[in-house]
Amino acid sequence: MAKIYSTKTPKNINLKPKDETVSFLLNYSKALSVINYNKLKFEALLN
Amino acid sequence: MNKELIQDAELVSNYIQGNENALSILIERHKQRIYSFIYSKVYDRDITEDIFQDTFIKVIRTLKLGKYNEEGKFLPWVMRIAHNLVIDHFRKNRRMPKFDNAGEFSIFSVLSDSSLNAEKSIIKEQVEKDVRRIIEELPDDQKQVLMMRMYQDMSFKEISERTGVSINTALGRMRYALINMRKVIEQKNIVLTN
Repeated sequence: MAKIYSTKTPKNINLKPKDETVSFLLNYSKALSVINYNKLKFEALLN
Repeated sequence: MNKELIQDAELVSNYIQGNENALSILIERHKQRIYSFIYSKVYDRDITEDIFQDTFIKVIRTLKLGKYNEEGKFLPWVMRIAHNLVIDHFRKNRRMPKFDNAGEFSIFSVLSDSSLNAEKSIIKEQVEKDVRRIIEELPDDQKQVLMMRMYQDMSFKEISERTGVSINTALGRMRYALINMRKVIEQKNIVLTN
């Protein structure tokens, strides 16, 4: 059987994440705090 | 300040030192490339959104924990994380396979069903036989990947190492294998449901 590859070219869809996702990531970053204690690192999510 | 001139390495350094705006610039700069890459593998917006988010959560945690070694390769590093998460997704999804079936009945749910009565057992046997016959018709490279994946339970990493191709190539061959199988099933009007 011949290799059947799609000859359709994909439509030029605007592929990017939702604003909400990006916003979540930025907020997550702001809330994430790393605390160093005796060679240990603790992650805390601040309100 | 011209954001275009600030290299990724400098932004990463600024971010690690506490400049949250630097992260915003990095995401803005690379989001389309990374999102498109993930989408090109999973072809599902919701899953792409999840994997994109998980990718950057990992990036953020690694940077804040001070575990990132700057070698001038920020984007390749992020892409690698995204790539690995895509593979994790395919592995997890194998238990409830949904390769491009768009909500249709999935043949592999029949093949993996262990609680069958006698009638269903016979049907299952016939279906498995038909599936094997269809697989035999695939081009060798696609057949090889599909057999390794579905019958030998190998990861795409293992498949790529064994066959000497990249993981992307292995993923692509698997995808085309399934597309080709569907075409054969359609062309020959094979019934694979009970």
